[in-house]
Amino acid sequence: MTNLELQKTANEVRKGIVTGVHAAKAGHPGGSLSAADIYTYLYFEEMNIDPKDPKKADRDRFVLSKGHTAPGLYSTLANRGYFPVEDLVTLRKLGSYLQGHPCMQHVPGVDMSSGSLGQGISVACGIALGAKMSNADYRVYTLLGDGEIQEGQVWEASMFAGHRKLDNLCVIVDNNGLQIDGKVEDVCSPYPIDKKFEAFNFHVINLDDAHDFDKIRAAFKEARETKGMPTAIIAHSLKGKGVSFMEGNADWHGKAPNDEEYAVAMADLEKIAQQFA
Amino acid sequence: MADIKKVATRESYGNALVEVGKENPNVVVLDADLAAATKTGVFKKAFPDRHIDCGIAECNMTGIAAGLSLAGKIPFMSSFAMFAAGRAFEQVRNSIGYPHLNVKIGATHAGITVGEDGASHQCNEDIALMRTIPGMVVMCPADDIEAKAAVHAAVEYEGPVYIRFGRAAVPVINDNPDYKFEIGKGTILREGTDVTIVATGICVDSALGAAELLAKDGISAEVINICTIKPLDEELIINSAKKTGKVVTAEEHSVIGGLGSAVCDALCKSFPAPVCKIGMQDIFGESGSAAALVEKYKLDAKGVYEQVKEFLA
Repeated sequence: MTNLELQKTANEVRKGIVTGVHAAKAGHPGGSLSAADIYTYLYFEEMNIDPKDPKKADRDRFVLSKGHTAPGLYSTLANRGYFPVEDLVTLRKLGSYLQGHPCMQHVPGVDMSSGSLGQGISVACGIALGAKMSNADYRVYTLLGDGEIQEGQVWEASMFAGHRKLDNLCVIVDNNGLQIDGKVEDVCSPYPIDKKFEAFNFHVINLDDAHDFDKIRAAFKEARETKGMPTAIIAHSLKGKGVSFMEGNADWHGKAPNDEEYAVAMADLEKIAQQFA
Repeated sequence: MADIKKVATRESYGNALVEVGKENPNVVVLDADLAAATKTGVFKKAFPDRHIDCGIAECNMTGIAAGLSLAGKIPFMSSFAMFAAGRAFEQVRNSIGYPHLNVKIGATHAGITVGEDGASHQCNEDIALMRTIPGMVVMCPADDIEAKAAVHAAVEYEGPVYIRFGRAAVPVINDNPDYKFEIGKGTILREGTDVTIVATGICVDSALGAAELLAKDGISAEVINICTIKPLDEELIINSAKKTGKVVTAEEHSVIGGLGSAVCDALCKSFPAPVCKIGMQDIFGESGSAAALVEKYKLDAKGVYEQVKEFLA
């Protein structure tokens, strides 16, 4: 895909996020929007996947360690053709397969259930190790929040990944700087994030603009070409990206827009769409 | 009786892993720096490339096991019951139980027979914790033969399984040519008419010993061995309760949430009967030899006998 196509697609993913969370009257738009370009790049460009065969054996795997940003994953999967985009409005509703946090038994394309922070990266390490033990050459990607890395298990897993030289593993930290209680450095600073992963024997890539597809492309290429150690991409992003009143505002971590706010949000995204037209 | 063979079920675990490892190349074993104690060392020696030491990080090990199962392996994650079921409970619940992954948890050093290490390491809560996870099979073998059979059965079963093993050597009681093992099936080891003793793990041998002592007093005790606590062989227990009218449960575990609770859950649905729960009576253990602790906390044959007598009085 060209950058323009990726930008258009990411904008559609953002519309799906806002629409799903609005319909659910609950959910996590902020961190879904900050990671929308990463999600889009992974599923439309980077990963070896097939929406018609979600379980194909040699597919690349994705574990959403920051499971609360399920609206971002679901919207990406829907736009990629795993299930109808129209179903996004069933998010979080009784009887819907689109559970509040990803459930692998119910959602086509979801490789692992998640939601409890810090656990997805361990599972991603296990899949990556399993691939190596089976001489399979698929890659494993996992997306973490920058608040999530306050969980100790993240560093248990990182020690393991570095020790085992899991170069088929790519950890992405969505570094949008905000968590529920405020700025990550005010709550309990995880910085320096890059130095920490380096200390755990990762190859670290500082992606200074996680909304620039040239830079995203370069980061994932570098990760793919890195041998002998796992890669961590520290993706500097803007929480709420694309929706004016959500950008950089921790209040929109886990809150749904009301009808008026939804109209403003969709108008914002429509304006962006027109820029690409 | 002096020649009774005794084997710690953790030894059986290690030996059975080698057997299933030979049969199935997908079997892999994980440890958290306790391979020497969980007795998986024999597997490590036989299949060094299929043994993964995760270091002292049980929560991560749980996720690694989950990931390995997603990659087509059959992982046995090993640690002490305290850490596998206790420390990593939420990881077992969310990373293994919720997605219903094909992970086997081999939890050794369960109960007070951990001995000298004391209460910090004596897990009397693991059966209770694991029972609450939907879809989790929970087994507590009584001896070497049952422990090995449980490991083999776990490999054949698709889904999460928790198996509880002990540190101390226990008598082999199932060494007979007719022995068959099936997940979810209990066994009547001794028929009786006055009281039913439902036991698991090391308490099965204690229950058999207690039944001998009771017989001398003219009391006929039926002894049921329950290896699979979940799913429980409810029919076997209810039918026995209908015959005897009184039920005693015996386990090296808290009386809250373990076998005793599972038996009460089963009985209260269709045949409410008086139940005496023998086990750790909502207390922590302490340091001491396994034998001394089992005696003090009345989990040996004499202790079970006395409590049954009191119950029937």
